[in-house]
Formats: sequence, C-alpha cells, structure tokens
Amino acid sequence: MKEQQENTWFDKPANVKKIIFALCVVCALLLVAEFFYHKHAYFAVEEWFGFYAFYGFIMCVLLVLAAKVMRVFLMRDEDYYD
Amino acid sequence: MIEGLNPALILIIGALLVPLFPQPWRRVYVIALPLVSMLQLVLHPYGSFAEASIYNVPLETFRLDNLSFIFGLIFHIAAVLGVIYAIHDDDPIHPTAGLIYAGAAIGAAFAGDLITLFVYWELTAISSVFLIWARRTESAFKAGMRYLVIQIGSGVILLAGVVLHYRETGFISFNEMNLESIGGKLIFLAFGIKCAFPFLHNWLQDSYPEATASGTVLLSAFTTKLAVYALARGYAGTDMLIWIGALMTAFPIFFAVIENDLRRVLAYSLNNQLGFMVVAVGIGTPLALNGAAAHAFCHILYKALLFMSMGAVLLRTGTCKGSELGGLYKSMPFTTVCCIIGAASISAFPLFSGFVSKSMIVSAVAGEHLTFVWLMLIFASAGVFHHSGIKIPYFAFFAHDSGIRCEEAPLSMRVAMGISAALCIGIGVFPGVLYSILPYPVDYVPYTAAHVITQLQLLMYSALAFTVMMLWKIYPPELRSTNLDTDWFYRKGATAALLPVTALAGQTTDSLFTALAKLKDRTLGLFDKTVGPGAWLSRSVDSSGMVALTMGSLLVFLLLYLL
Repeated sequence: MKEQQENTWFDKPANVKKIIFALCVVCALLLVAEFFYHKHAYFAVEEWFGFYAFYGFIMCVLLVLAAKVMRVFLMRDEDYYD
Repeated sequence: MIEGLNPALILIIGALLVPLFPQPWRRVYVIALPLVSMLQLVLHPYGSFAEASIYNVPLETFRLDNLSFIFGLIFHIAAVLGVIYAIHDDDPIHPTAGLIYAGAAIGAAFAGDLITLFVYWELTAISSVFLIWARRTESAFKAGMRYLVIQIGSGVILLAGVVLHYRETGFISFNEMNLESIGGKLIFLAFGIKCAFPFLHNWLQDSYPEATASGTVLLSAFTTKLAVYALARGYAGTDMLIWIGALMTAFPIFFAVIENDLRRVLAYSLNNQLGFMVVAVGIGTPLALNGAAAHAFCHILYKALLFMSMGAVLLRTGTCKGSELGGLYKSMPFTTVCCIIGAASISAFPLFSGFVSKSMIVSAVAGEHLTFVWLMLIFASAGVFHHSGIKIPYFAFFAHDSGIRCEEAPLSMRVAMGISAALCIGIGVFPGVLYSILPYPVDYVPYTAAHVITQLQLLMYSALAFTVMMLWKIYPPELRSTNLDTDWFYRKGATAALLPVTALAGQTTDSLFTALAKLKDRTLGLFDKTVGPGAWLSRSVDSSGMVALTMGSLLVFLLLYLL
C-alpha cells in the first residue's frame, strides 16, 4: 500500500518538469494574446506591452526579496513569547 | 415568516437551547436553526421593524434594506457551513458559541440605531472568544484574553463615540457619519479596530490561528466583515479609507510570505482581502460599494473554505506548520482539491468567485484614476496569489513529502468544504445571481477579453516568479519561527516598559502585606495576653475568696441595717 502511494504522478521529476514546461507555454501564449484584444486602458501604463505580466513577475520577486530581508529583523524563535 | 421578528433573535435564543438537546438530535437542531432563521430573512419584506425606546431615545432594532440584506444573508450561509463543518465534534461549545456569535453579527448588521449596534457589537466579542478558548490550551487561553481585551475595547470606544455623537447631533440612528466630530472619530476608530486597520490589525493574526479547527472557520466570517458593513453604512466615500485600505492590501503579504503557521498565513491574507473592501468603501460610488459587498460575500466563502481545509489538516496531522507538512495530497485528496478551489477563488482566477467581485473594485479604482492605489491593488492581487494561492496548497499538500500519512477529513468537514467549493465556482461561473442581490443596480460585465487576459497574465507570471525562485532556491524556506508584528508592543514592549511600575506595585503590595501580617500578629498577641488561655481575664480564681467577699459584704450590710 505504502509503496503504491509513493509512486504517484507528482513524485516523478519528469512530470514536475512537464508542469513547469506547461506553465512556460501558457505564459508565452498569454504574451502572444496581447496582439489579439482591445485594451480598454484607464492608465497609460496599461498600454505598455505585457504590462500585467511583467509587473506581476517583477513585483513578486521584489516581494519575496523584501520578505527575506524582513526575516533578518523580525524572525525569532518559535517559543519567543512563551 | 413572522413579520418584525429579527432573525438574529431566532439564532441567539435558539443557540442557548443547543446544550439541552441530546445527540443525535443536537446535530439536526444546530443545522435546522440557522436554516429557519435564513428562511425568515429571505421571506421578510424590507423596512424598519421592532422599534423600541430607551430613556426616550428611539431605537430601531431591525432594519432590513439593500445593504443589510446581503450581509445578513452571507452571515447565515457562513453559520450553516460553520456548524456543518463542526458536526462531527460532540463538544456543544462550537454550535452554541458559534450560533450566538453569528446571531450577534446579524443583529449588528440589522441595527438601525447605534445603541442596538453597540449591544450586538459587544455580544460578537463575548461569544466569539469561546471559539478560541475551546482549544483548551494555555496559549489559546492567553490569546483569547488578548483578543477579548481588544474586542471589548473596541466596543467601549464605540459606546463613548455614540454618546458624544448623540450629544453633538441629537441623532442616534445608524446612518452616514463623518470624521469632523470627536464622536464620529471614535466610532470610526472602533470600526477600524474590528476591521483590523494597519497597526490595529494584529489581534487577528494573534488569535485566529489559536482557535480550534472549527472555531477559526466561524471567526473568519463575521467580525471583520461586520466592520466592513459598518464602515460602508457609516463612512462610505471617506477618502482616508482609500489609503488605509491600500496599505492593508499590501503590507500583510510580506508577513504572509515568511510566516510558517499556514492558518496565520491565511489570517494575513484575510487582512489583505479586507483592504480591497475598505478601498471600495472609501471610494463610495455605487460600483465600488457593490464591489465591497460582493467581495465580502465571496470572501467569506473562499476564506472559510481555505480555513476549513487547513482545519482538516490540523485535525488529522495535529499541526498547521508549513515546515512540518508536505505531500498530504496522497492522504487527503478531497481536501487538496477543495483547498485549490479556495486558493483559485481568493486569487481571483476567471471562473472562480474572487474574480467577479474583485474586478469590480479594481475597475472602480481605475474609474477614479487613482494610479498609485491601483498599482498597489494590482501588486496585492499578485501577492495574494503568491502566498494564499500557491504557498498554502503547495507547502501543505505538495512540496517535499513530509512522510505524514493520515486519514482524509471526516465526512462533515468534507460536506462543508464541498458546498463551499461549489458556491465558489457557482458564483464565478454565474455572477448574475450574486449581482442581483447587490445594494445597487449592477451594470458591470466581469468577463471581457481584456479583464480575463490581463488577470491571467498577472497570475501566471506570478506563478512563474514563484517557480523560478523555488528552482533557484531563492524562495525563503518554511522555518519554525515567530515573526514580530505589532503585538510585540503589548506582549513584550509594554511588559518591559511597565517593569518598574509592576516591580514597584509588587514591592508596595509586599510591604503592605508584611505590615498587615505584623499588625495581625500584634493584635492576636494582645488578645492572647488579655483573654488567652491563662491570661488574667480568663484566669479562674479561687471561689473561697468570693464567698468571703459575699459574707463580708452581707455582714457590713447587716451592721448598717442594725444601726
């Protein structure tokens, strides 16, 4: 039973690679989609090519980097308040 | 339907009877009660009912209109889901406290005057703390006390504000107010505490993760959304709320990224989602207020669903820490799927509930041309996907296999999660049903090519960023830790600052008690010396002396008589 459980689809590195590849394909297609819809922009930045895509990517990286810096100052032992 | 009967009273009075029912009748009763109450609400006509007066101040204890209806309805749905989720548990504290709490939140939403609001406002605090204490651990007890102090504090500030507001304006009805008077400011502050405004927020992250698995599900639904309702009723269009809300969307996500307790991560993202609603209330246009109400509605469902899935994990594995979990999809596949549906909803994926409500708010912000606020909300949308959408399911159910093998969640939990998940998808696919009960007529189309493509770009590239950082090992690992937040100021800072005072108070009481003890010893010593055993007052004297004295005095008397 246990042996059977260990060999699920997600456990195989090849399948994880497939998921990552699929994600990359979807991301690429979403940039291609930029050419095929009418932009109803409220702000000038929305007109930029792939604004949402790049903004999302860059801000997430900055978010994580900033959070890592926060750990230096804010992280304490688990039983800090006990 | 009984005209004028407040559904809140059905719930509160009905909940008090819960412990009297033996199992299995109690299970039937606790589900039937909120359903009956919901039926009363849905069939009831709009208007103002159950008027009373206190010291000649007119009260309006049951006001049903466009805005209070949708909040009353979603509070009922949350109550039903919350009791179903906890039905496997024989502890009567959950349904009793939970239904009183739900009834209090509903009563507050239907309050037409500020006195009634205050009464229900405090009742939500008193009833809900039992959901934290029901965990029956030392840390839950302490967290519950901190929670209670802050919640009751909010009520006391509200009462002070109401009294001043009444003195200043002569009105007690709960309608639009402003920040010009002191009364208005205090009421705003009381709402702000319950709404977890920045720097007033930390009671939420402190207490919710300490509650029981079922308790947190109920807690996540009522208090904060009641505060959003109160702000929408009293302070719609207050500019300051736009900035408060924008800050609320952004700062909690930084904490969420480094937090290890996954239920605390959800508490941070709760804060972030409240920010969207607060921004919308601050804008105050019909589109924005519709967005706030719709987002509160959807948010209660998907947040409950996420807390339910993490509650199931807590129940089965005994922990909710990202550092201890992983690979649970093998043991809990149903919970995994429900968690992913909740995650997709909070991240506002097209066809899930968050998309049809959050896009209203973002469109309202764009319509006002608030560039900076808009950029913050887009960032927060990407951020919430990052920590709630990916981090929660990833670290709990996938990531490295922790080796934990457990049972799937109990049937009651699966039913509650299943209904919540179905509602999340249903609203996402058929937004018209939700839009038809919003406070203002809706002229909004969520599914345009531009909305869908831009949202998918934002989300997919956030996912790409997560993947890249995981592969390059930049992403901060889950570590057993505590992260300092504003609660440090009262849990450590204030205790340290008050150390001289508490030391002085300790010394004073010590010396006082020493002095008292000395006084007691002396008094007792004196007592012993006079009337104690062998002391002169209690000494037994020889009776012959007394006889001689009597004889002597008789003799004297006789002699005097004979003279």
